[in-house]
Amino acid sequence: MTVELLWWDGCPSHPEALAGLEGILREEGVEAEVQRIEIRDDEQARRERFPGSPTIRIDGRDVVPPGDGEPFSLTCRVYRTRDGRISPTPDPEDVRDAVRRAA
Amino acid sequence: MIGIGDRAPEFTLPDTGGTERSLETPAVVVFTCNHCPYALAWHDRIADAARDYGDVHFYAINPNDAERYPRDSLEAMRERVEREGDWPMPYLRDESQEVARAYGAKTTPDLFVLDGDGALRYRGAPDLDHQDPSLNAGWLREALDAVLAGEDVARPETDPIGCSVKWK
Repeated sequence: MTVELLWWDGCPSHPEALAGLEGILREEGVEAEVQRIEIRDDEQARRERFPGSPTIRIDGRDVVPPGDGEPFSLTCRVYRTRDGRISPTPDPEDVRDAVRRAA
Repeated sequence: MIGIGDRAPEFTLPDTGGTERSLETPAVVVFTCNHCPYALAWHDRIADAARDYGDVHFYAINPNDAERYPRDSLEAMRERVEREGDWPMPYLRDESQEVARAYGAKTTPDLFVLDGDGALRYRGAPDLDHQDPSLNAGWLREALDAVLAGEDVARPETDPIGCSVKWK
């Protein structure tokens, strides 16, 4: 399983996202190493199809696929938790479901 | 950039209805925006404080570069206010970013509480955790209660947490 965390340092959320992701991988018994990819400029953001920080991809698939037409740029992603709250990181259960689908 | 006890810079900025708004005190100046999850997560708590402290002037100021972040344009701000309705504070556009620079804003959100003389009495985050609505902007409310009672603010500074201001 390939696990990637794409991040930009303009958002402070990537350490929390990484900790949450690694915790879920442990809980699910997955021994994949998280590849951390820093996005540094808009050109790289477009090349990596980066919709914002943090973005977690498992086997190349975003754990929370962005909507159609979402621009690729240096920005912070806005997620919704399952109880409807706005969050800078994906709902842990969305990450867990993505890990289980790929396992 | 201003420090605790300094007199805060005055400003006049346009709101989403096209009206020029000038600083009146006591006040809460919140640098915020449309696209940052931290600013959005804390928005309702700050808005609730604005409703609860009717004697305090609240200003939400968006200083982000709208060319690179179109969701922070004046038009997008106007659409948001119309869509959400019930904003208890004006949403101002700092197109030149001069006000944000004068205050030393770092993130969205970044809060500045000014007393009746315009002196900075609190700067930082609304409360400890953007993920916990029950905290109810407690640090902001503590500061406002002290300012309105003429007392020292027990916790005058906290680290602002959020997305970096998008400078031009």
